[in-house]
Amino acid sequence: MIATELEKAGIPVAQVTAVTPVAKMVGSNRVIQGKGIVYPLGDAELGAEEEKDLRRSIVRQALEALKTEV
Amino acid sequence: MKVVHYLNQFFGGLGAEEQAGIGPEVRGEAVGPGRLLEQVLGDGSTVVKTIICGDNYAAENLESVMELVVNEVRESGAELFVAGPCFVAGRYGVAAGALCAAVQAELGIPVVTGMGVENPGVDLYRQELYIVDSGENVAEMRDALTKMAAIAKVTASGEDVGRPVEWGYIPRGIMRDEIVEETAAVRLAKIIVAKTLGQLYETELTQTGFEPIPAPPAVADLSNATVAIVTDGGLVPAGNPDNMPAIASTIWGSYDIATVDDLEGEDYEVYHRGYDNRHVLNDPDRLVPVDVLKELEKAGEVGKVYEQFLSMTGLANPLANSRRIGQEIAENLKSAGVDAVILTST
Repeated sequence: MIATELEKAGIPVAQVTAVTPVAKMVGSNRVIQGKGIVYPLGDAELGAEEEKDLRRSIVRQALEALKTEV
Repeated sequence: MKVVHYLNQFFGGLGAEEQAGIGPEVRGEAVGPGRLLEQVLGDGSTVVKTIICGDNYAAENLESVMELVVNEVRESGAELFVAGPCFVAGRYGVAAGALCAAVQAELGIPVVTGMGVENPGVDLYRQELYIVDSGENVAEMRDALTKMAAIAKVTASGEDVGRPVEWGYIPRGIMRDEIVEETAAVRLAKIIVAKTLGQLYETELTQTGFEPIPAPPAVADLSNATVAIVTDGGLVPAGNPDNMPAIASTIWGSYDIATVDDLEGEDYEVYHRGYDNRHVLNDPDRLVPVDVLKELEKAGEVGKVYEQFLSMTGLANPLANSRRIGQEIAENLKSAGVDAVILTST
């Protein structure tokens, strides 16, 4: 609902979540697959460097979505 | 039954859009659709008053129109208040909903209205009121009024109105106990069989409808844009300055990250009972990715990271509440000149 209200106000939103069906159901337009429910932008199984690379890549996908018309 | 009926300027016969600014007018008889309403109610029901008001006037002076309508209904000794049907006329629907809700709350008599599902009044008042699904076609006036009359009569007699599909009203989201012959397992199996065979079946759990919002335009040049991070994962600074609750939160917080390049676990807490918070507590960037976003800001890929991150607890929240929080957040970010948002959800 947060995404919906932001978008109604004209602010594009990239939503990062592990539970993409819910985000899509409520009408979020730019949904990015997050890593996990307990850490959408992280992974405790990875080393610090690798984890940050993963986070960077997810954030870049989000930025890319914000640059893309849908 | 004595009835008071509310109409807008169009259905009240005063004129079309050019008369939308006209103030309330009270007539001592049925007008327009009100005559049909008397017919379908039968049993000598009479519209004792018709209140007609322009859509713009009602929208701009809703409080005073509500007061006037409640007083008129009270003085008339009416046993039923009917507004519309409004079809998909938005201002009309919103006024009709507000007036029905006010009469219901103040006087406790049965109220009923009708709207097409697209009418914005539906979203606002469906939980409080019986709103008959009138569709959008004004030619369905008789059908809509007939359903409204049926609901009015049942409510007036003090009995429960049955299911939305049977009575033609828009679901209010009310759950009722009901005795059924078959167990859930048997019913489920039957539904699966019917679904597989392409036969008709009726689900017992309909999903709430969400209106699709057209995506706002993309941000052409992110290197000149301000990007904010918003999360519904309940991250707050240590000490929880706003007393964010861990469930069903009614508040949101805005927390300074202007001079922070990397969130440290010891500086933050998580209030969200819906997921295992330990990993985020170890490194809050896993939820609010300040570290990489600031990096990308320095590299020029992002113009500016907004100096606050916004946080709320997205758990067990009634939709209306989430909606309000969303509106407040949107207003806040809009006035701060934020161009785009990364929303992280657990």
